[in-house]
Amino acid sequence: MSGLPLTPPPTAPQPTTPPPALVEPQGRTALRHRLAERGVDRTLLLVVPAALAMIALFCYPFLYGLQLSFQPTKGGALGAYQQFFSEPFSRKSIWATFSLAIPAALINVGVSVPISYRMRRDFRGKRLLLALLVVPITLGTVLTAEGILEFFGPAGWFNRTLHLLGLADSPVKLTMNYTGVLLSLIISGFPFAYLLTHSYLSGIHPSLEKAASTLGAGWWQRFRYITLPLLLPGLMTTFSLSFVMAFAVFPSAMMVGDPNGSTHVISIEAYQAALERFDYAQGSADAMIMTALMLVVLGAIAGLRSQLYRGSTGGKG
Amino acid sequence: MSAVTDMTGTTAQSKGVPAPRAAGNRPESQIGELRISGLSRAYGAHTALHSLDLTIRGGEFVALLGPSGCGKTTALNCLAGLLPLTSGRIELDGRRMDTVPPEKRGFGMVFQNYALFPHLTVRANVAFGLKMRGTGKAETRRRVDEVLRLVQLTEQAHKHPGQLSGGQQQRVAIARAIVMEPALVLMDEPLSNLDAALRLEMRSEIRRIHQEFGLTTVYVTHDQEEALSLADRLVVLHAGRVSQIGTPAELYEHPADPHVAAFMGYRNMLTLNVVSSHGTQAVAQRPGLRLAGTVVGEAPVAEGQEVTVAIRPEDLRIAEDGEEPNARAVAEVVEYHGRALHVEAVTREGDRIHVKAQREVRPGDALAVAVDTDRALLFPASAAADGTDGAGGTHGADGTDEAGSPDASSGSPDAPAEEVSG
Repeated sequence: MSGLPLTPPPTAPQPTTPPPALVEPQGRTALRHRLAERGVDRTLLLVVPAALAMIALFCYPFLYGLQLSFQPTKGGALGAYQQFFSEPFSRKSIWATFSLAIPAALINVGVSVPISYRMRRDFRGKRLLLALLVVPITLGTVLTAEGILEFFGPAGWFNRTLHLLGLADSPVKLTMNYTGVLLSLIISGFPFAYLLTHSYLSGIHPSLEKAASTLGAGWWQRFRYITLPLLLPGLMTTFSLSFVMAFAVFPSAMMVGDPNGSTHVISIEAYQAALERFDYAQGSADAMIMTALMLVVLGAIAGLRSQLYRGSTGGKG
Repeated sequence: MSAVTDMTGTTAQSKGVPAPRAAGNRPESQIGELRISGLSRAYGAHTALHSLDLTIRGGEFVALLGPSGCGKTTALNCLAGLLPLTSGRIELDGRRMDTVPPEKRGFGMVFQNYALFPHLTVRANVAFGLKMRGTGKAETRRRVDEVLRLVQLTEQAHKHPGQLSGGQQQRVAIARAIVMEPALVLMDEPLSNLDAALRLEMRSEIRRIHQEFGLTTVYVTHDQEEALSLADRLVVLHAGRVSQIGTPAELYEHPADPHVAAFMGYRNMLTLNVVSSHGTQAVAQRPGLRLAGTVVGEAPVAEGQEVTVAIRPEDLRIAEDGEEPNARAVAEVVEYHGRALHVEAVTREGDRIHVKAQREVRPGDALAVAVDTDRALLFPASAAADGTDGAGGTHGADGTDEAGSPDASSGSPDAPAEEVSG
């Protein structure tokens, strides 16, 4: 987590005044050019306040939490970590988190590919459909959870419809369990995945598929050999983002899930340690474990991605 | 894929006469004829292509020529199957093709932007079609090697398209299309992205490949020089309609209407009134200009009728001593073009004329110009009118053409035609 783009400069940032033409204009331009040659852009000094705020609000708490996690009340420096892995209930939260985050990310990416593939063409009602697909972004998690409870709950419309159609004798349990959380993650995560996939896909020049079709490729072959390979790096990025969003699942796991059972995810484990048992060291350690696991997955995806073709996807090659 | 061609006779003959290279059915051509009848394509209310009828013989090189938005790219995409037809049919040796999807037509296409697959090497790009067809490994390798040798890219086979120059990419695009030994090769302005020198080089390359492979080629371009030098037969399109179909020589010597004339380098276009007519010859004038010319078309012209005169700059000469000049003008812009000077002169009445001068002319010199009767073509006004009504709707007709380039030959008589040299 030390990958900040900017280190604070040693001197205070001087707002650069435009050079008055009278005084040595050559010297001033020369300085700017010299700086530019070293890759220094003085305008970027404007980023410094924001960078400082980042450091104050993110890096400091993170590092503070990191050192806190090594100071448990009992059991030495790694005591909190040992505690996490020796307790089966907390250990199982890793599995609970992955079993939610990976399917959610896979489904979001997987569904957005065919939809954005079709959405490349112009058709009547495209904008309306697009708006409907993207609107869940504007809903908060709480609203989504509320909606899921109403709609998929034991007495919700979904079960009533099933009952009316005679498809189910007793209500199908879709909330307060794993399914409810997965549904919530898909509803709130899909718009992001779709928007990203859509923009990656529109970066692939349509003439490539046309060329493939004049060379005898049917639609599946065109997708398999041309579009998919060009889209794959983008899909991996999309997967990473969807995964990160799903991995940090907390409100929906509480509201539509089973927080003390099948959806006891790591964030709930950390929350309970820190704010219910007031064991800050344990809570910090849980959060660190969560971060480490996430980074491992992201690193693996980045590694895979670097194996792929990542050049231009334009028609000219 | 024998590279032996029976072109020797034809090329020898074309040395002296720049006339029909066509005809001569080459034995290795795969197709007898491609018949396009009533092909039209509309985008909503706008018709980009009005009922195109064209029969292409096997082994022929046909160029579709016209300004931006004339429907030529639309026609090509319809042929390739990338655009559905609004009406009409396409038949290849009696088999109906317009209902066949593009991947089953077996036509090769070279795209304007090449559309090379950026993630595949040159070899894989060229082999793509054979792979789709399920050709065996050894056979694919042999054929790809052969084509790469032909387009002189053997050294580059392992590279990706992004690592190649524009000319090399263009040759990959051609190689990818011809390795399939297609019945018909469609080329959509394949040279428009290249610089001038490379364009000339690739032009002869394309003609050479066409001959060596015995291909049948339909070539879309807005460059008349390219079309004249490459094609056996030209189809000039204007605002979605065919203006004229003919050999390069026919079009060059006998343009059917002012649009074609403008494309063929008749840069001087002025509206005149007929003073007297005598058979196919007529005398016409406007203030400051009076000339005798040859009437194009069957219909005789009547006195007082409006005609458009078309004269090439090189046919307009500086009047000899004692000769009655057709017009007097003052040279304004003089361009150096090697052996000749290209002079843009203005008459006292403000008409702009283009003259190719063999002797020295300076800006400001007074010129007396003359033209021979058979070199001044008179188009009766009706012929000019049918094109101008459609000119307003040419925008957006085919998306891949550059938008907004001026219509080569609409209304105003002295509108500069598309760039033309010699």
